Amino acid sequence: MIEFHDVTKRYANGHEALRNVSLRVESGAMAFLTGHSGAGKSTLLRLTTLLERCTKGQVLVGGHNLNRLSRRRIPYFRRNIGVVFQNHRLLMDRTVFDNVALPLVIAGFSHAELGRRVRAALDKVGLLGKRRAYPVTLSGGEQQRVGIARAVVHRPSILLADEPTGNLDPDLSREIMDLFASFNEVGVTVLIATHDTTLIRDMGYDILTLKDGSFVHGTAGGP
Amino acid sequence: MARAPEPGSFSLSPTGSRRAHAWLVRHLQSFFYTLGLLARAPLASFLTAAVIGMALALPAGLYVLLNNVQDATRGWDGSNEISLFLSIDAEDREAEAMAGRLRGWSEVSDARVITRAAALEEFRGLSGFSEVLGAFANDNPLPAVVVITPAVEGADSSAMDALLDRLNGLPKVEHAQFDLAWLKRLYALLGIVERGVLVLGVLLAAGVLLVVGNTMRLGIENRRQEIEIAKLFGATDAFIRRPFLYSGLLYGALGGIFAWLLVWICFMLLGEPVQRLTALYSGGFQLHTLNPLASVVLLLTGAVLGLMGSWLSVGRHLAAIEPS
Repeated sequence: MIEFHDVTKRYANGHEALRNVSLRVESGAMAFLTGHSGAGKSTLLRLTTLLERCTKGQVLVGGHNLNRLSRRRIPYFRRNIGVVFQNHRLLMDRTVFDNVALPLVIAGFSHAELGRRVRAALDKVGLLGKRRAYPVTLSGGEQQRVGIARAVVHRPSILLADEPTGNLDPDLSREIMDLFASFNEVGVTVLIATHDTTLIRDMGYDILTLKDGSFVHGTAGGP
Repeated sequence: MARAPEPGSFSLSPTGSRRAHAWLVRHLQSFFYTLGLLARAPLASFLTAAVIGMALALPAGLYVLLNNVQDATRGWDGSNEISLFLSIDAEDREAEAMAGRLRGWSEVSDARVITRAAALEEFRGLSGFSEVLGAFANDNPLPAVVVITPAVEGADSSAMDALLDRLNGLPKVEHAQFDLAWLKRLYALLGIVERGVLVLGVLLAAGVLLVVGNTMRLGIENRRQEIEIAKLFGATDAFIRRPFLYSGLLYGALGGIFAWLLVWICFMLLGEPVQRLTALYSGGFQLHTLNPLASVVLLLTGAVLGLMGSWLSVGRHLAAIEPS
Protein backbone atom coordinates (compact mmCIF):
# COMPACT_ATOMS: atom_id res chain seq x y z
CA MET A 1 0.00 0.00 0.00
CA ILE A 2 2.91 2.33 0.84
CA GLU A 3 6.20 1.88 -0.96
CA PHE A 4 9.37 3.98 -0.83
CA HIS A 5 12.12 3.24 -3.34
CA ASP A 6 15.49 4.89 -2.62
CA VAL A 7 13.81 8.06 -1.50
CA THR A 8 15.89 11.11 -0.63
CA LYS A 9 14.42 14.36 0.64
CA ARG A 10 16.73 17.35 0.66
CA TYR A 11 15.43 20.76 1.78
CA ALA A 12 16.36 24.09 0.24
CA ASN A 13 18.77 24.78 3.11
CA GLY A 14 20.75 21.65 2.19
CA HIS A 15 19.49 19.52 5.11
CA GLU A 16 18.92 15.90 4.09
CA ALA A 17 15.89 14.67 6.06
CA LEU A 18 15.77 11.27 4.35
CA ARG A 19 18.60 9.48 2.62
CA ASN A 20 18.01 6.56 0.22
CA VAL A 21 15.09 5.21 2.22
CA SER A 22 13.20 2.15 1.02
CA LEU A 23 10.21 0.64 2.76
CA ARG A 24 7.10 -1.33 2.08
CA VAL A 25 3.90 -1.47 4.12
CA GLU A 26 1.56 -4.12 2.71
CA SER A 27 -2.09 -3.47 2.21
CA GLY A 28 -3.93 -4.21 5.46
CA ALA A 29 -0.72 -4.18 7.52
CA MET A 30 0.11 -2.13 10.58
CA ALA A 31 3.57 -0.77 11.31
CA PHE A 32 5.34 1.62 13.66
CA LEU A 33 7.93 4.15 12.64
CA THR A 34 10.37 5.07 15.38
CA GLY A 35 13.50 7.09 15.88
CA HIS A 36 14.54 10.13 17.88
CA SER A 37 13.17 13.51 16.93
CA GLY A 38 14.69 14.81 13.71
CA ALA A 39 15.33 11.30 12.40
CA GLY A 40 12.95 11.85 9.51
CA LYS A 41 9.69 10.28 10.77
CA SER A 42 7.57 13.35 10.06
CA THR A 43 9.20 13.88 6.69
CA LEU A 44 8.36 10.32 5.70
CA LEU A 45 4.70 10.90 6.61
CA ARG A 46 4.67 14.27 4.80
CA LEU A 47 5.92 12.59 1.63
CA THR A 48 3.19 9.95 1.97
CA THR A 49 0.42 12.57 2.14
CA LEU A 50 2.02 14.69 -0.59
CA LEU A 51 2.53 17.66 1.67
CA GLU A 52 5.97 17.51 0.11
CA ARG A 53 7.50 15.73 -2.84
CA CYS A 54 10.70 13.72 -2.66
CA THR A 55 13.93 15.01 -4.17
CA LYS A 56 15.02 11.61 -5.48
CA GLY A 57 13.51 8.13 -5.74
CA GLN A 58 9.89 7.03 -5.93
CA VAL A 59 6.97 7.02 -3.53
CA LEU A 60 4.02 4.75 -4.35
CA VAL A 61 0.82 4.97 -2.35
CA GLY A 62 -2.19 2.81 -3.19
CA GLY A 63 -0.45 1.88 -6.42
CA HIS A 64 -0.08 5.50 -7.52
CA ASN A 65 3.32 7.00 -8.25
CA LEU A 66 3.21 10.26 -6.32
CA ASN A 67 5.92 11.83 -8.50
CA ARG A 68 3.49 11.72 -11.37
CA LEU A 69 0.39 12.84 -9.51
CA SER A 70 -0.72 16.28 -10.72
CA ARG A 71 -1.46 19.07 -8.28
CA ARG A 72 -5.10 18.99 -9.34
CA ARG A 73 -5.39 15.34 -8.20
CA ILE A 74 -3.83 15.83 -4.77
CA PRO A 75 -7.11 16.63 -2.95
CA TYR A 76 -8.75 13.47 -4.28
CA PHE A 77 -5.65 11.47 -3.42
CA ARG A 78 -5.72 12.71 0.19
CA ARG A 79 -9.34 11.60 0.64
CA ASN A 80 -8.05 8.01 0.77
CA ILE A 81 -5.91 8.79 3.78
CA GLY A 82 -6.80 9.64 7.37
CA VAL A 83 -4.31 11.60 9.44
CA VAL A 84 -3.94 11.88 13.22
CA PHE A 85 -1.68 14.55 14.72
CA GLN A 86 0.19 14.78 18.00
CA ASN A 87 -1.66 17.94 19.02
CA HIS A 88 -4.88 16.57 17.43
CA ARG A 89 -5.45 19.87 15.55
CA LEU A 90 -9.17 20.04 16.22
CA LEU A 91 -11.09 23.22 15.35
CA MET A 92 -11.89 24.75 18.70
CA ASP A 93 -14.84 26.81 17.52
CA ARG A 94 -16.72 23.72 16.25
CA THR A 95 -18.52 21.01 18.12
CA VAL A 96 -17.13 17.49 18.25
CA PHE A 97 -19.72 16.47 15.65
CA ASP A 98 -18.72 19.22 13.22
CA ASN A 99 -15.04 18.42 13.66
CA VAL A 100 -15.56 14.78 12.81
CA ALA A 101 -17.90 15.64 9.93
CA LEU A 102 -15.29 17.78 8.15
CA PRO A 103 -13.83 15.06 5.86
CA LEU A 104 -17.37 14.05 4.82
CA VAL A 105 -18.39 17.64 4.10
CA ILE A 106 -15.27 17.97 1.97
CA ALA A 107 -16.13 14.79 0.07
CA GLY A 108 -19.69 16.07 -0.48
CA PHE A 109 -21.74 13.51 1.42
CA SER A 110 -25.46 14.02 1.82
CA HIS A 111 -26.77 15.25 5.13
CA ALA A 112 -28.32 11.92 6.19
CA GLU A 113 -25.31 9.80 5.26
CA LEU A 114 -23.02 12.31 6.97
CA GLY A 115 -24.92 12.12 10.25
CA ARG A 116 -24.95 8.33 10.17
CA ARG A 117 -21.22 8.03 9.57
CA VAL A 118 -20.22 10.65 12.13
CA ARG A 119 -22.30 8.94 14.81
CA ALA A 120 -20.78 5.57 13.90
CA ALA A 121 -17.24 6.95 14.12
CA LEU A 122 -17.90 8.70 17.44
CA ASP A 123 -19.49 5.54 18.80
CA LYS A 124 -16.40 3.58 17.81
CA VAL A 125 -14.11 5.87 19.83
CA GLY A 126 -16.63 5.96 22.71
CA LEU A 127 -17.54 9.65 22.46
CA LEU A 128 -21.03 9.56 20.94
CA GLY A 129 -22.41 11.23 24.08
CA LYS A 130 -20.04 14.19 23.65
CA ARG A 131 -20.94 15.01 20.07
CA ARG A 132 -22.45 18.39 20.96
CA ALA A 133 -19.54 19.40 23.21
CA TYR A 134 -16.73 21.71 22.18
CA PRO A 135 -13.24 20.17 22.10
CA VAL A 136 -11.96 22.56 24.75
CA THR A 137 -14.24 20.91 27.34
CA LEU A 138 -12.72 17.46 26.69
CA SER A 139 -9.68 15.84 28.26
CA GLY A 140 -6.48 15.29 26.29
CA GLY A 141 -7.27 11.63 25.66
CA GLU A 142 -10.80 12.47 24.54
CA GLN A 143 -9.56 15.17 22.19
CA GLN A 144 -7.18 12.70 20.61
CA ARG A 145 -10.01 10.19 20.18
CA VAL A 146 -12.05 12.88 18.41
CA GLY A 147 -9.02 13.39 16.16
CA ILE A 148 -9.01 9.65 15.43
CA ALA A 149 -12.74 9.61 14.69
CA ARG A 150 -12.17 12.46 12.21
CA ALA A 151 -9.34 10.48 10.60
CA VAL A 152 -11.45 7.36 10.00
CA VAL A 153 -14.94 8.79 9.41
CA HIS A 154 -14.50 8.80 5.62
CA ARG A 155 -13.25 5.19 5.74
CA PRO A 156 -9.79 5.78 4.34
CA SER A 157 -7.61 2.96 3.03
CA ILE A 158 -4.64 4.29 4.98
CA LEU A 159 -4.44 5.69 8.48
CA LEU A 160 -1.35 7.74 9.32
CA ALA A 161 -0.51 9.05 12.78
CA ASP A 162 2.32 11.34 13.82
CA GLU A 163 3.12 10.91 17.54
CA PRO A 164 -0.54 10.33 18.43
CA THR A 165 0.30 9.56 22.08
CA GLY A 166 2.94 12.25 22.52
CA ASN A 167 0.92 14.19 25.06
CA LEU A 168 -0.78 11.29 26.86
CA ASP A 169 0.05 9.18 29.91
CA PRO A 170 0.93 5.45 29.41
CA ASP A 171 -2.57 4.09 30.13
CA LEU A 172 -4.25 6.46 27.69
CA SER A 173 -1.50 5.84 25.15
CA ARG A 174 -2.13 2.12 25.32
CA GLU A 175 -5.86 2.74 24.82
CA ILE A 176 -5.19 4.88 21.74
CA MET A 177 -2.83 2.29 20.25
CA ASP A 178 -5.46 -0.43 20.78
CA LEU A 179 -7.92 1.77 18.93
CA PHE A 180 -5.55 1.96 15.96
CA ALA A 181 -5.11 -1.82 16.11
CA SER A 182 -8.89 -2.27 15.94
CA PHE A 183 -9.05 -0.25 12.73
CA ASN A 184 -6.25 -2.34 11.32
CA GLU A 185 -8.27 -5.46 12.11
CA VAL A 186 -11.02 -4.35 9.73
CA GLY A 187 -8.55 -3.86 6.89
CA VAL A 188 -7.15 -0.35 7.19
CA THR A 189 -3.43 0.00 6.51
CA VAL A 190 -1.95 1.78 9.55
CA LEU A 191 1.39 3.55 9.88
CA ILE A 192 2.18 5.26 13.19
CA ALA A 193 5.21 7.39 13.92
CA THR A 194 6.13 7.31 17.60
CA HIS A 195 9.17 7.58 19.85
CA ASP A 196 7.44 5.54 22.60
CA THR A 197 9.33 2.27 21.97
CA THR A 198 8.40 0.69 25.29
CA LEU A 199 4.71 0.99 24.49
CA ILE A 200 4.90 -0.67 21.08
CA ARG A 201 7.57 -3.30 21.73
CA ASP A 202 5.19 -6.03 22.84
CA MET A 203 2.31 -5.19 20.49
CA GLY A 204 3.58 -7.55 17.83
CA TYR A 205 3.64 -5.21 14.84
CA ASP A 206 6.45 -4.29 12.46
CA ILE A 207 8.79 -1.61 13.81
CA LEU A 208 10.83 0.53 11.42
CA THR A 209 13.57 2.60 13.03
CA LEU A 210 15.00 5.69 11.40
CA LYS A 211 18.30 7.31 12.35
CA ASP A 212 19.57 10.45 10.67
CA GLY A 213 17.37 9.90 7.65
CA SER A 214 18.14 6.21 7.06
CA PHE A 215 16.70 2.93 8.34
CA VAL A 216 18.88 1.22 10.90
CA HIS A 217 16.66 -1.81 11.28
CA GLY A 218 13.12 -2.79 10.57
CA THR A 219 11.24 -5.93 9.82
CA ALA A 220 9.26 -4.32 7.00
CA GLY A 221 12.07 -2.25 5.52
CA GLY A 222 13.18 -2.78 1.97
CA PRO A 223 11.14 -3.90 -1.01
CA MET B 1 -17.93 2.08 12.73
CA ALA B 2 -18.99 0.39 9.55
CA ARG B 3 -16.79 -1.78 7.40
CA ALA B 4 -13.53 -0.40 6.12
CA PRO B 5 -13.19 -0.16 2.35
CA GLU B 6 -11.77 -3.06 0.41
CA PRO B 7 -7.99 -2.89 0.23
CA GLY B 8 -6.95 -1.38 -3.05
CA SER B 9 -10.06 0.75 -3.51
CA PHE B 10 -7.78 3.74 -3.75
CA SER B 11 -9.60 6.30 -5.85
CA LEU B 12 -8.36 9.53 -7.42
CA SER B 13 -11.72 10.90 -8.46
CA PRO B 14 -14.36 12.72 -6.48
CA THR B 15 -16.41 10.27 -4.45
CA GLY B 16 -19.37 12.40 -3.49
CA SER B 17 -20.21 13.52 -7.01
CA ARG B 18 -21.98 10.36 -8.03
CA ARG B 19 -25.26 12.06 -7.24
CA ALA B 20 -26.58 14.36 -9.93
CA HIS B 21 -27.47 17.08 -7.44
CA ALA B 22 -24.14 16.91 -5.59
CA TRP B 23 -23.08 20.20 -7.10
CA LEU B 24 -26.18 21.96 -5.85
CA VAL B 25 -25.87 20.34 -2.42
CA ARG B 26 -22.29 21.58 -2.07
CA HIS B 27 -23.27 25.11 -3.02
CA LEU B 28 -26.21 25.13 -0.64
CA GLN B 29 -23.99 23.74 2.12
CA SER B 30 -21.42 26.46 1.61
CA PHE B 31 -24.05 29.15 1.27
CA PHE B 32 -25.73 28.32 4.58
CA TYR B 33 -22.39 27.72 6.24
CA THR B 34 -21.33 31.21 5.15
CA LEU B 35 -24.62 32.68 6.30
CA GLY B 36 -23.97 31.07 9.67
CA LEU B 37 -20.47 32.57 9.83
CA LEU B 38 -21.82 36.05 9.13
CA ALA B 39 -24.59 35.61 11.69
CA ARG B 40 -22.10 34.45 14.33
CA ALA B 41 -20.31 37.81 14.14
CA PRO B 42 -23.27 40.15 13.59
CA LEU B 43 -21.54 43.41 14.52
CA ALA B 44 -18.52 42.84 12.28
CA SER B 45 -20.76 41.72 9.41
CA PHE B 46 -23.02 44.73 9.90
CA LEU B 47 -20.11 47.17 9.90
CA THR B 48 -18.62 45.70 6.74
CA ALA B 49 -21.98 45.83 4.98
CA ALA B 50 -22.52 49.39 6.26
CA VAL B 51 -19.19 50.59 4.86
CA ILE B 52 -20.05 49.07 1.49
CA GLY B 53 -23.55 50.54 1.75
CA MET B 54 -22.24 54.07 2.35
CA ALA B 55 -19.85 53.79 -0.57
CA LEU B 56 -22.70 52.68 -2.84
CA ALA B 57 -25.28 55.12 -1.44
CA LEU B 58 -23.32 58.24 -2.34
CA PRO B 59 -23.22 57.76 -6.13
CA ALA B 60 -26.67 56.16 -6.11
CA GLY B 61 -28.17 59.12 -4.22
CA LEU B 62 -26.50 61.65 -6.50
CA TYR B 63 -27.73 59.72 -9.50
CA VAL B 64 -31.33 59.84 -8.25
CA LEU B 65 -30.99 63.55 -7.47
CA LEU B 66 -29.67 64.19 -10.96
CA ASN B 67 -32.53 62.18 -12.41
CA ASN B 68 -35.00 64.31 -10.48
CA VAL B 69 -33.44 67.53 -11.76
CA GLN B 70 -33.51 66.21 -15.32
CA ASP B 71 -37.13 65.23 -14.81
CA ALA B 72 -38.04 68.63 -13.44
CA THR B 73 -36.44 70.51 -16.32
CA ARG B 74 -37.78 68.18 -18.99
CA GLY B 75 -40.67 69.84 -20.83
CA TRP B 76 -39.37 73.29 -20.09
CA ASP B 77 -38.06 73.48 -23.62
CA GLY B 78 -41.32 72.12 -25.00
CA SER B 79 -42.97 75.56 -24.76
CA ASN B 80 -40.00 77.41 -26.14
CA GLU B 81 -40.35 80.39 -28.43
CA ILE B 82 -38.08 82.46 -30.58
CA SER B 83 -38.57 86.21 -30.60
CA LEU B 84 -37.69 87.77 -33.94
CA PHE B 85 -37.05 91.50 -33.44
CA LEU B 86 -37.47 93.37 -36.74
CA SER B 87 -35.71 96.57 -37.59
CA ILE B 88 -37.43 99.75 -36.42
CA ASP B 89 -38.43 100.81 -39.93
CA ALA B 90 -40.30 97.60 -40.68
CA GLU B 91 -44.03 98.21 -41.08
CA ASP B 92 -46.66 96.05 -39.39
CA ARG B 93 -47.82 94.65 -42.73
CA GLU B 94 -44.24 93.68 -43.58
CA ALA B 95 -44.17 91.82 -40.26
CA GLU B 96 -47.48 90.10 -41.13
CA ALA B 97 -46.08 89.12 -44.53
CA MET B 98 -42.96 87.70 -42.92
CA ALA B 99 -44.99 85.73 -40.39
CA GLY B 100 -47.01 84.28 -43.26
CA ARG B 101 -43.85 83.19 -45.07
CA LEU B 102 -42.38 81.71 -41.89
CA ARG B 103 -45.47 79.60 -41.28
CA GLY B 104 -44.60 77.83 -44.50
CA TRP B 105 -41.18 76.69 -43.13
CA SER B 106 -40.94 73.13 -41.97
CA GLU B 107 -38.96 74.11 -38.85
CA VAL B 108 -41.69 76.50 -37.76
CA SER B 109 -44.98 75.30 -36.33
CA ASP B 110 -46.47 78.76 -35.72
CA ALA B 111 -45.66 82.44 -36.09
CA ARG B 112 -47.63 85.42 -34.79
CA VAL B 113 -46.99 89.12 -34.92
CA ILE B 114 -46.82 91.57 -32.04
CA THR B 115 -47.37 94.89 -33.78
CA ARG B 116 -45.45 97.98 -32.69
CA ALA B 117 -48.58 99.42 -31.10
CA ALA B 118 -49.37 96.18 -29.27
CA ALA B 119 -45.80 95.99 -28.02
CA LEU B 120 -46.07 99.52 -26.67
CA GLU B 121 -49.38 98.66 -25.02
CA GLU B 122 -47.91 95.54 -23.40
CA PHE B 123 -44.94 97.48 -22.15
CA ARG B 124 -47.14 100.17 -20.69
CA GLY B 125 -48.97 97.51 -18.73
CA LEU B 126 -45.78 96.62 -16.88
CA SER B 127 -45.61 98.87 -13.88
CA GLY B 128 -42.95 101.51 -13.82
CA PHE B 129 -42.63 101.86 -17.57
CA SER B 130 -45.82 103.84 -18.32
CA GLU B 131 -44.33 107.26 -17.43
CA VAL B 132 -41.18 106.62 -19.31
CA LEU B 133 -43.03 105.51 -22.42
CA GLY B 134 -45.45 108.44 -22.15
CA ALA B 135 -42.68 110.57 -23.53
CA PHE B 136 -42.81 108.53 -26.73
CA ALA B 137 -46.55 109.01 -27.29
CA ASN B 138 -46.10 109.93 -30.91
CA ASP B 139 -42.86 108.17 -31.56
CA ASN B 140 -43.03 104.47 -30.71
CA PRO B 141 -39.46 103.23 -29.98
CA LEU B 142 -40.39 99.53 -30.05
CA PRO B 143 -39.95 97.36 -33.12
CA ALA B 144 -42.50 94.86 -34.38
CA VAL B 145 -41.84 91.31 -33.16
CA VAL B 146 -42.61 87.99 -34.81
CA VAL B 147 -42.96 85.28 -32.17
CA ILE B 148 -42.12 81.86 -33.57
CA THR B 149 -42.94 78.50 -32.09
CA PRO B 150 -40.30 76.22 -33.56
CA ALA B 151 -41.16 72.73 -34.72
CA VAL B 152 -37.61 71.73 -33.74
CA GLU B 153 -37.19 69.61 -30.60
CA GLY B 154 -34.72 70.40 -27.85
CA ALA B 155 -33.20 73.60 -26.64
CA ASP B 156 -29.65 72.43 -27.21
CA SER B 157 -30.00 70.68 -30.56
CA SER B 158 -27.98 71.60 -33.59
CA ALA B 159 -31.25 71.92 -35.54
CA MET B 160 -32.18 74.77 -33.19
CA ASP B 161 -28.85 76.46 -33.82
CA ALA B 162 -29.35 76.13 -37.58
CA LEU B 163 -32.84 77.64 -37.33
CA LEU B 164 -31.54 80.61 -35.33
CA ASP B 165 -28.79 81.20 -37.91
CA ARG B 166 -31.30 81.11 -40.75
CA LEU B 167 -33.67 83.52 -38.99
CA ASN B 168 -30.84 85.91 -38.20
CA GLY B 169 -29.99 86.01 -41.90
CA LEU B 170 -33.43 87.23 -43.01
CA PRO B 171 -33.74 90.82 -44.29
CA LYS B 172 -35.31 93.36 -41.92
CA VAL B 173 -34.48 91.07 -38.97
CA GLU B 174 -32.52 92.85 -36.30
CA HIS B 175 -32.07 89.92 -33.93
CA ALA B 176 -33.48 86.46 -33.40
CA GLN B 177 -33.55 85.59 -29.70
CA PHE B 178 -34.08 82.11 -28.34
CA ASP B 179 -35.95 82.67 -25.11
CA LEU B 180 -34.67 79.57 -23.32
CA ALA B 181 -30.95 79.95 -24.06
CA TRP B 182 -30.29 79.59 -20.35
CA LEU B 183 -31.68 76.07 -20.56
CA LYS B 184 -28.76 75.17 -22.80
CA ARG B 185 -26.41 76.28 -20.07
CA LEU B 186 -28.32 74.29 -17.46
CA TYR B 187 -28.16 71.17 -19.60
CA ALA B 188 -24.44 71.67 -20.12
CA LEU B 189 -24.04 71.98 -16.35
CA LEU B 190 -26.08 68.85 -15.73
CA GLY B 191 -23.85 67.06 -18.23
CA ILE B 192 -20.82 67.94 -16.11
CA VAL B 193 -22.54 66.82 -12.91
CA GLU B 194 -23.54 63.54 -14.56
CA ARG B 195 -19.93 62.89 -15.53
CA GLY B 196 -18.86 63.77 -12.00
CA VAL B 197 -21.29 61.25 -10.53
CA LEU B 198 -19.91 58.61 -12.89
CA VAL B 199 -16.31 59.30 -11.88
CA LEU B 200 -17.26 59.29 -8.20
CA GLY B 201 -19.12 56.01 -8.71
CA VAL B 202 -16.07 54.35 -10.27
CA LEU B 203 -13.82 55.55 -7.45
CA LEU B 204 -16.20 54.32 -4.77
CA ALA B 205 -16.65 51.00 -6.57
CA ALA B 206 -12.88 50.56 -6.37
CA GLY B 207 -13.23 51.39 -2.67
CA VAL B 208 -15.78 48.61 -2.25
CA LEU B 209 -13.39 46.15 -3.93
CA LEU B 210 -10.66 47.12 -1.47
CA VAL B 211 -12.96 46.89 1.57
CA VAL B 212 -14.22 43.44 0.59
CA GLY B 213 -10.73 42.28 -0.38
CA ASN B 214 -9.31 43.34 2.95
CA THR B 215 -12.18 41.72 4.88
CA MET B 216 -11.49 38.47 3.03
CA ARG B 217 -7.77 38.69 3.75
CA LEU B 218 -8.50 38.97 7.47
CA GLY B 219 -11.06 36.16 7.26
CA ILE B 220 -8.53 33.87 5.59
CA GLU B 221 -5.93 34.74 8.20
CA ASN B 222 -8.39 34.00 11.03
CA ARG B 223 -9.29 30.63 9.58
CA ARG B 224 -5.82 29.58 8.56
CA GLN B 225 -5.88 26.46 10.77
CA GLU B 226 -9.24 25.38 9.41
CA ILE B 227 -8.02 25.83 5.84
CA GLU B 228 -4.89 23.77 6.50
CA ILE B 229 -6.92 20.94 8.04
CA ALA B 230 -9.42 21.01 5.21
CA LYS B 231 -6.59 20.78 2.65
CA LEU B 232 -5.10 17.85 4.57
CA PHE B 233 -8.39 16.00 4.34
CA GLY B 234 -8.60 16.51 0.62
CA ALA B 235 -10.46 19.78 0.16
CA THR B 236 -10.10 21.19 -3.34
CA ASP B 237 -9.21 24.84 -3.87
CA ALA B 238 -12.77 25.40 -5.09
CA PHE B 239 -14.17 23.98 -1.85
CA ILE B 240 -12.05 26.31 0.26
CA ARG B 241 -12.66 29.30 -1.97
CA ARG B 242 -16.45 28.88 -2.06
CA PRO B 243 -17.41 30.18 1.42
CA PHE B 244 -15.22 33.24 0.92
CA LEU B 245 -16.80 34.00 -2.43
CA TYR B 246 -20.24 33.58 -0.90
CA SER B 247 -19.40 35.88 1.98
CA GLY B 248 -18.12 38.50 -0.50
CA LEU B 249 -21.34 38.15 -2.45
CA LEU B 250 -23.44 38.44 0.72
CA TYR B 251 -21.49 41.43 2.02
CA GLY B 252 -21.97 43.16 -1.33
CA ALA B 253 -25.68 42.36 -1.52
CA LEU B 254 -26.24 43.47 2.09
CA GLY B 255 -24.29 46.64 1.28
CA GLY B 256 -26.61 47.17 -1.70
CA ILE B 257 -29.69 46.83 0.53
CA PHE B 258 -28.11 49.19 3.03
CA ALA B 259 -27.41 51.74 0.27
CA TRP B 260 -30.98 51.45 -0.97
CA LEU B 261 -32.32 52.18 2.51
CA LEU B 262 -29.99 55.15 2.93
CA VAL B 263 -31.11 56.66 -0.38
CA TRP B 264 -34.75 56.02 0.46
CA ILE B 265 -34.44 57.68 3.88
CA CYS B 266 -32.60 60.70 2.43
CA PHE B 267 -35.27 61.26 -0.21
CA MET B 268 -38.06 60.83 2.32
CA LEU B 269 -36.43 63.63 4.30
CA LEU B 270 -36.13 65.78 1.15
CA GLY B 271 -39.69 65.07 0.02
CA GLU B 272 -41.55 67.61 2.10
CA PRO B 273 -39.40 70.71 1.47
CA VAL B 274 -39.36 69.88 -2.24
CA GLN B 275 -43.13 69.59 -2.22
CA ARG B 276 -43.35 73.03 -0.62
CA LEU B 277 -41.04 74.49 -3.24
CA THR B 278 -42.88 73.01 -6.20
CA ALA B 279 -46.20 74.17 -4.77
CA LEU B 280 -44.89 77.72 -5.18
CA TYR B 281 -44.47 77.03 -8.90
CA SER B 282 -47.06 75.36 -11.04
CA GLY B 283 -46.46 72.24 -8.96
CA GLY B 284 -46.79 69.17 -11.12
CA PHE B 285 -43.38 67.86 -10.05
CA GLN B 286 -43.11 64.73 -7.92
CA LEU B 287 -39.79 63.84 -6.26
CA HIS B 288 -39.02 60.19 -6.95
CA THR B 289 -36.59 57.81 -5.29
CA LEU B 290 -34.99 54.70 -6.83
CA ASN B 291 -37.29 52.98 -9.31
CA PRO B 292 -37.52 49.15 -9.30
CA LEU B 293 -35.01 48.73 -12.12
CA ALA B 294 -32.46 51.07 -10.51
CA SER B 295 -32.99 49.24 -7.18
CA VAL B 296 -32.20 45.91 -8.79
CA VAL B 297 -29.15 47.41 -10.50
CA LEU B 298 -27.94 48.82 -7.17
CA LEU B 299 -28.34 45.46 -5.46
CA LEU B 300 -26.61 43.60 -8.29
CA THR B 301 -23.80 46.15 -8.38
CA GLY B 302 -23.19 45.56 -4.68
CA ALA B 303 -23.27 41.78 -5.07
CA VAL B 304 -20.99 41.75 -8.13
CA LEU B 305 -18.49 44.13 -6.53
CA GLY B 306 -18.47 41.98 -3.39
CA LEU B 307 -17.89 38.84 -5.43
CA MET B 308 -15.12 40.48 -7.47
CA GLY B 309 -13.42 41.87 -4.37
CA SER B 310 -13.35 38.50 -2.67
CA TRP B 311 -12.31 36.72 -5.85
CA LEU B 312 -9.29 38.98 -6.27
CA SER B 313 -8.30 38.68 -2.62
CA VAL B 314 -8.98 34.98 -2.12
CA GLY B 315 -7.03 34.00 -5.23
CA ARG B 316 -3.98 35.80 -3.90
CA HIS B 317 -4.10 34.77 -0.25
CA LEU B 318 -5.33 31.17 -0.34
CA ALA B 319 -2.44 30.02 -2.49
CA ALA B 320 -0.11 31.13 0.30
CA ILE B 321 -1.63 28.64 2.78
CA GLU B 322 -0.35 25.08 2.56
CA PRO B 323 -0.77 22.56 5.37
CA SER B 324 2.27 21.66 7.42
